[in-house]
Amino acid sequence: MALLQLDNVHAYYGNIHALKGVSLEVAEGEVVSLIGSNGAGKSTTLKTISGLLAPREGEVRLQGKRISGLPAHKIVARGVSQSPEGRKIFPRMSVRENLEMGAFARKSGAEIKGDTERVLDLFPRLRERLDQKAGTMSGGEQQMLAIGRALMARPNILLLDEPSMGLSPVLVDQIFDIIREINARGTTILLVEQNALKALEVATRGYVLQTGQIVLQDSAANLQRNEMVRKAYLGEE
Amino acid sequence: MNATNLIQAILWGISIGAVFALIALGYTLVYGIIELINFAHGDVFMIGSFLALTLLVDFAYGTNARGRPVQAVFGPRLFLLIFAILLVVMLFCALLNVLIERLAYRPLRRAPRLAPLISAIGVSFILVNLGQLWKGSPPRDFPNLLPEVNVLPLLGLGDRLSFTTKDLFVIGVSIPLMLGLAAFIQRTKLGKAMRATAQDREAAALMGINTDLTISLTFLLGGALAGAAGLIYGLYTTQVWYLMGFRTGLIAFTAAVLGGIGNVRGAALGGFLIGLIASINDLGFAAIFPALQNTPGLSFLAGLNQQWTIVVIFGLLVLILVFRPSGLLGERVVDKA
Ligand SMILES: Nc1ncnc2c1ncn2[C@@H]1O[C@H](COP(=O)(O)OP(=O)(O)OP(=O)(O)O)[C@@H](O)[C@H]1O
Ligand SMILES: [Mg+2]
Repeated sequence: MALLQLDNVHAYYGNIHALKGVSLEVAEGEVVSLIGSNGAGKSTTLKTISGLLAPREGEVRLQGKRISGLPAHKIVARGVSQSPEGRKIFPRMSVRENLEMGAFARKSGAEIKGDTERVLDLFPRLRERLDQKAGTMSGGEQQMLAIGRALMARPNILLLDEPSMGLSPVLVDQIFDIIREINARGTTILLVEQNALKALEVATRGYVLQTGQIVLQDSAANLQRNEMVRKAYLGEE
Repeated sequence: MNATNLIQAILWGISIGAVFALIALGYTLVYGIIELINFAHGDVFMIGSFLALTLLVDFAYGTNARGRPVQAVFGPRLFLLIFAILLVVMLFCALLNVLIERLAYRPLRRAPRLAPLISAIGVSFILVNLGQLWKGSPPRDFPNLLPEVNVLPLLGLGDRLSFTTKDLFVIGVSIPLMLGLAAFIQRTKLGKAMRATAQDREAAALMGINTDLTISLTFLLGGALAGAAGLIYGLYTTQVWYLMGFRTGLIAFTAAVLGGIGNVRGAALGGFLIGLIASINDLGFAAIFPALQNTPGLSFLAGLNQQWTIVVIFGLLVLILVFRPSGLLGERVVDKA
C-alpha cells in the first residue's frame, strides 16, 4: 500500500479549477518528483495534501486513511509536513524558535531535543545562527531553515516545494545532497521542482503536471530520456 | 516653566497611561494577528467597567437604617473583594471578546478586509446600546472605594506633588498584567504560536498550529486586559458612561498606532506616552509654561487645556498616520491597511 495516495483530486481557488483530477502515489522510502511549468498546479497539489486547501472532489489518503477534509494542523499531526514555496519562515522569530514551531504538534521534549541536534548536524549553518532573527538570514540559509523546520515534525512524508528556488548553483547542489541524505535516513519525500534535471536525478519516480492534470508518469530514469520532458523541462531544443 | 506642575502632570500621566496601555494592547494583539482594527474593543472595556460597577455595588455595599446604601466592606477584605471582582470581570470580558470573534469576525475570515471592519463597527453599536440599556444614558458614579492618601510625604518628598495610593493601585495592577502578557507571548508555547500565526498564518498551520484556536486565544487575552482596564478606570476616575468606550477606545487606539500597531511593546509605550500628553494637556499648558501667555505668536498654546485634549490626541493620530504609519516601534510598515 502506498504511503500517500491522491485519487482523482479536484481543487479550486474560487472559480479557478486548479487541479483537474490529479492521481498520484508515493510509496514508503521513495523520492517522488512532481515537475511542471509555472502555474501547472504543483504548489496547489502540495497545499491540498497539507490541508490548506480542501479538494472539492476526490480523496487524499495517508496509509490508506482519508486525510482530505481534515484541517491543516491535524494533517501535520498525522505525519505530513511541508517546506512551502517561498520558504515562509517566521521572519521575526529566532532560528531556534522557528525550529521549535516545526515541532509544535509533538509532545516529547527529549525527542524534540534529539531531533533539533540532528537537524543542526544536517545544517551546520543554522547552528551558528540559532539566536538570529530568521528574517535577517540569507536566502539559502532561510531555505535550510524551512527544510529543517519541516523535519522537526519528524514526518513520515516530507513535502518540499521548490527548495532550490533562487539559490546559487553551489547551494543548489548542497540542497540536493541534503535531500538525498534526508531520504537515506528514512524519510519519504515528495519533491516539487522547476529544476527538473536535478529533481529527476534524486528521484526514484516522477510525475509531470500540466494545467492541473498529470500528463506523464514514469521512473525517473525513463522521464530523463523522454522526448517531451527533455524539450519542455530540461531545456533542450 | 513651572516644573512642579510639569512633574505633577507626568505623575498623573503614568496612571491614566497605564489604563490606555491595557486597552491599547487589545487593539494591537488583534491587529497583529488578523489585521483587523477591532472597533468594538473600547466597548468591551465599557461593558467591563459596568460589570465591575454592578458587582461592587452588590458586594461592597449594604443598607443603613434608612435604607440608603453604605459601604459595608473595608480594609483587607475590601482588597480581596476588589481582586476577586477583577478576576471575574477579566474572565467575563475575555469570554465576551472570544464570542465576538467567533460570531462576528471568523465567518468573514476569507471576505474582503472591509467586511470584518464593518462588522466590528456593528458590534460596537450593539455593545453601546446594551450598555445604555443596562446603566442608562447619564454618566454613573462609580464607588469611590480606594483610599486616596498621598504617598509622597510618607517618602519624605514633601506635599507639593501628589501621587496617591489610588495611583499605586493602578500601577500595581496594570504593570504586572503587562509583564505577564509579555512573558506569556515571549516564552510559552502558546505565546509563540500566537507570534507565528501573526507572522504567517498559513505557515503556522503547516507547523500543526490550530490557527483558529490561536486567534481565539488572542481575543481572550485582549478581552481580559480590557476588563481589567474597565475596573481600574472606574475605581480611578469614579465615573463611567455608556459612551466612554468610544472615546477611551479611540485614545487607546491612538496609543497603539503611536507605538506601532501590531507591536506589543509599542502599545505599552504608546499608552504611557498618550497618558502623559493627555495629562499635560488636561492640566493646561498655561499652568506648566506660564511664559507662553506673553510670548507673541505662541500665546494660543496657552489656551490648550482639558477641552482640547481629545483634539490634540486625534490630531496626533492623523500626524502619525500621515508621517509615520509604522509608529515608534513598528517593525513593519502597515502595508495592507
Ligand atoms: N491563491 C490563489 N488564488 C487564485 N488562484 C491561484 C492561487 N494560487 C494559485 N492559483 C492559480 O492556480 C494555478 C496553479 O497554481 P500553482 O501555484 O499550484 O502553480 P505551480 O505549479 O506551483 O507554479 P510555480 O511553478 O509558478 O510555482 C495557477 O493558474 C494559479 O494562477
Ligand atoms: Mg508553485
